[in-house]
Amino acid sequence: MAVASAPSALPLGKKKEFSQSYWSLVWYRFKKNKLGVLGGIFLIALYFLFVAVPEFVSPYALENRSNFVEAPPTPIRFVDQNGQFQAPFVYGLDRKIDQVKRLRTWVEDPQRKYPVKLFVQGDPYLLFGFIPANLHLFGIDADQREARLFIMGSDALGRDFFTRIMYGGRLSLMVGLIGQFLTLILGATLGVISGYYGGATDMFVQRFTEFLAAFPNIPLFMALSAAIPPFWSPISVYFMLTLILAFLGWGGLARQVRGLVLSLREREYALAARSFGAKDSRIMFRHLLPGTMSHVIVIATLSIPGMILAETALSWLGLGLRPPLTSWGTLLQDAATVRAIRFTPWLLWTVPPILFTVMTYNLLGDGLRDALDPYSGR
Amino acid sequence: MVNYLIRRVGYALIMVVLVSFVSFVIIELPPGDYLTQRVQQLRARGDRSAEQQVEMLRARYGLDKPFLERYFNWAGNFLRGDFGESFEFERPVSEILGARLGYTVILAIATTVLTWALAIPLGVYSAVKQYSPGDQIISVVSFIGLGMPGFLLALIIMYFAIIVFNLEVTGLFSPQFQDAPWSFAKVMDLLGHLWIPALISAVTGIGGLVRIMRGNLLDTLGQPFVEAARARGLKNRTVTWKHAVRIAINPLITILGSDVFPSIIVGSSLVAIVLNLPTIGPVFVDSLRKLDMYLAGTCIVFLTIMLLVGNLVADLLLAWVDPRIRLE
Amino acid sequence: MQTNPSPTPTAEAPAGAAPDSRETLIEVRDLKVEFNIRGGVVKAVDGLTFDIKRGQTMGIIGESGCGKSVTARAILRMIPRPGKITGGNIIYHRRRRLAGHQTAPAETNIIDLTTLDPDGETIRQIRGGEIAMIFQEPMSSLTPVYTAGTHINEAVTLHRLLPIKTLGDQMADKIMQYRHVTREEAREIAVQMLRRVGIPRPEQRVDSYPHQLSGGQRQRVMIAIALSTEPAMLIADEPTTALDVSIEAQILDIMRELQQTANMAIMFITHNLGVIASMADEIVVMYMGKQVERAKVVDLFYNPKHPYTKALLQSVPKLGPRTGQRLASIEGMVPDPLRLPTGCVFHPRCPAFMPGKCDQTIPRWVEAGPDHWARCLLYEE
Ligand SMILES: Nc1ncnc2c1ncn2[C@@H]1O[C@H](COP(=O)(O)OP(=O)(O)OP(=O)(O)O)[C@@H](O)[C@H]1O
Ligand code: SF4
Ligand SMILES: [Mg+2]
Repeated sequence: MAVASAPSALPLGKKKEFSQSYWSLVWYRFKKNKLGVLGGIFLIALYFLFVAVPEFVSPYALENRSNFVEAPPTPIRFVDQNGQFQAPFVYGLDRKIDQVKRLRTWVEDPQRKYPVKLFVQGDPYLLFGFIPANLHLFGIDADQREARLFIMGSDALGRDFFTRIMYGGRLSLMVGLIGQFLTLILGATLGVISGYYGGATDMFVQRFTEFLAAFPNIPLFMALSAAIPPFWSPISVYFMLTLILAFLGWGGLARQVRGLVLSLREREYALAARSFGAKDSRIMFRHLLPGTMSHVIVIATLSIPGMILAETALSWLGLGLRPPLTSWGTLLQDAATVRAIRFTPWLLWTVPPILFTVMTYNLLGDGLRDALDPYSGR
Repeated sequence: MVNYLIRRVGYALIMVVLVSFVSFVIIELPPGDYLTQRVQQLRARGDRSAEQQVEMLRARYGLDKPFLERYFNWAGNFLRGDFGESFEFERPVSEILGARLGYTVILAIATTVLTWALAIPLGVYSAVKQYSPGDQIISVVSFIGLGMPGFLLALIIMYFAIIVFNLEVTGLFSPQFQDAPWSFAKVMDLLGHLWIPALISAVTGIGGLVRIMRGNLLDTLGQPFVEAARARGLKNRTVTWKHAVRIAINPLITILGSDVFPSIIVGSSLVAIVLNLPTIGPVFVDSLRKLDMYLAGTCIVFLTIMLLVGNLVADLLLAWVDPRIRLE
Repeated sequence: MQTNPSPTPTAEAPAGAAPDSRETLIEVRDLKVEFNIRGGVVKAVDGLTFDIKRGQTMGIIGESGCGKSVTARAILRMIPRPGKITGGNIIYHRRRRLAGHQTAPAETNIIDLTTLDPDGETIRQIRGGEIAMIFQEPMSSLTPVYTAGTHINEAVTLHRLLPIKTLGDQMADKIMQYRHVTREEAREIAVQMLRRVGIPRPEQRVDSYPHQLSGGQRQRVMIAIALSTEPAMLIADEPTTALDVSIEAQILDIMRELQQTANMAIMFITHNLGVIASMADEIVVMYMGKQVERAKVVDLFYNPKHPYTKALLQSVPKLGPRTGQRLASIEGMVPDPLRLPTGCVFHPRCPAFMPGKCDQTIPRWVEAGPDHWARCLLYEE
């Protein structure tokens, strides 16, 4: 393991300089991995768009309902019915009952045209939570009763589904980060303690992780989150859920950290620190933990998507986040039935962003792993 | 071998006990579950028959006893096949789960078989024809499939099945066989329906397995014993399958127990929820939503037991195919 | 008819008398093997020429990486990718029996192995059946999940033929008809072979898995597999490197004995001069893919011509009961195979280096003495 062996020969005082050059080496190797860098860039963009500014990117407010119930994605047109090419526009929608299939459908009315514009004024919101604004990246100017721009269709309450996906991303993406952060703290702490002291803590960590692994994970998540009291506020539910995910997820990380600490513990700098009479906790968290940091980061990166997916699955099943909270999982609730797939397939637009997120995390994680440990198996 | 067997079985048994304990904790965990609510309702009514019913529930679930006693009570009943009562359906849990258990196992086995039947030939092809266009396509697709969550892939496949191919994907039986007694025709009907959910839940596992199989086989193909087998004049195909694949497959059996089977159980549960199959999955989710905890707890125990049995089977399989373990 | 005591009832009775053992089996002519790797082309074997006669042992020596194993693999057409035979011929004088056919032993076909399809039927019949090989890594040359018996069965059922009946004599050659062996016979042959290579309790050992055998036993099993098909030639690529001295001696004895009884040719590859001196009739010395010297064993040891051979021989410790040490290093570095020196490839390390000559002229393959060939400018006029 390149990571484990790198710091070994260093005297204590030089540590700072060393880690700088070590990280710059890692950075250099990472930069050479085009796919990994691409994953990183996409992720930053993803978090910026979905977490920081979804209000601006989406054309409507989250709860903006309309009469256009379960409308399919609005086609954006460039050619009108006279065959004339022009700036992008949409037609107005009319309700129509399909007598044969006994379905309500929406048909375009070629008489009413509404241009699609960039930076239109619309529903007001607070940018970053405190800057009042009403500018939206794109949309139509029309009075909202006449027409809507649903690039991904609308849901059963006539809400723009694209808007909902944007807002939903905020919660789902944050679950991954917060949950993984908790996991990291829990896993790294217990891993270091268990590797450094061995003994009872070690036994406990080992057996506990083994035990958790005996359960099918999602059903266990489900059972625990079902126990979250229904009268709790949505925010408490959110945090409780994140806690559950973190609580069940720290085992793998702790094991890896433990293994690394076992190998680092006898290294010169740890021995030196001990002979200077440093306290155990200081040795553990100032000297040993940093040595495992690079690995921990990689493991964490690679397990964030798992966490996002767990939230998605739970909320989808009605056991995680609950309305009015909107996450990708709660959006799936309406989409993932055979009936919905048949009649409102556009509600499956939630799936691509989830898959995209998972992919980019995997690319980034792989890139980081290769950069930290060029000989790791592949 | 006997030692190994005893160790593995013993381990599985200890796990079952622990798991059952945790499951019971889970059963008791949610505030405001059915049992509590029911007792409260009955108390509120306060008449004689209500008092009697409360008394009955108290006796059956040992409501006034300490936690551990309640657990042993429950576990004892469990061993006798009394899993408690579903409050939602007002029927014994065993009755509700009975047939579903069988279908769950069948679906899990079908999925496992399908996963392997697809992953191994693809992995072998990929390794034997390393760097060929076929290998490259397989590698890219399996890398994408690797990180992909089963239930989302299931949704995508369902989308195509329904919208593009207009397939009937729900259920395990055609209507005319739903309540028919078992017959050859019914079994065929089951197989005719089973492959869709099995394929959908198999898709997740395949990507990872293909990659592992390819890597292992490439390593194995470079081993001296493969060259030695070739030098004996064996056909390439014999060398590949009888010597290389036979060895390269061992690690796959290990992860069959530790990784593949768990993900198949979870995956097929989720797929079953979407497709509304008569397996444990949908009932489990439903019971959790409604806090029908005896039903939910029993489901968890069964899912976990399935997992442990799967692990055990993988261990035995490994011992069977690998003399180094068998003869230890 | 030569009165060769046949070890098994089926051993091919050599046709003709004394000249038979001198009959040519393999002629390697100007063989070239190249590996086209990322950094360039490695000429792993470059212009190798020698003959192997039936019943004779040809030794090949040289430092690590000089192309010994590649030569052996080339004969079996088992060069791993990205290697390729880029020139020369390997002429094989084939004499074989066919199941269900009537064969007189003296029928000989001449085939050029370099023209065969490396995955084809013909080369597969030759591999293991007519030319068997023992590899450099004896410990891991057995598939871990199969017993010793299974391995031998595999080779035997594929290649070994038993005579059904004698159809008659024709000019002192027996005309025979052959058939494949059955499973039971194969097992019997396996036990018999294990006994012959000196494995104790062979009836039980046939059912042992590789991990239940010691290193020496595994190597014996490898030899048993190779010899169970009664091949015309055995290629032994450092068959004893991994073994300790006493087992090494035993294994060499077994090989020598089997060679005599079956009139088998051996191509013996080693680093070990002591071993080669006791085994080989003739020796080829290789350096950086090139054949630098070839001579009868006595000639070579008492009268080496090429400066490289001389250096090799000098590097052997003279004292001690055991002359066969692994080659001590010769002064200087082995050159990078991708950037071979100009002229004579040995010139940077050669004690007899002639400036202006050796680094410019490529030496030719010349007869430096009676039936003693070398590639060195000292012997060119
Ligand atoms: N698979 C391969 N790919 C690339 N080059 C190879 C390969 N196999 C052999 N070579 C090259 O061929 C040359 C000869 O290798 P070979 O294995 O014949 O050496 P050797 O004489 O058997 O050495 P040793 O005594 O160590 O076994 C080496 O320099 C090596 O670089
Ligand atoms: S040719 Fe010259 S350099 Fe080469 S071996 Fe002969 S004397 Fe030495
Ligand atoms: Mg070699």
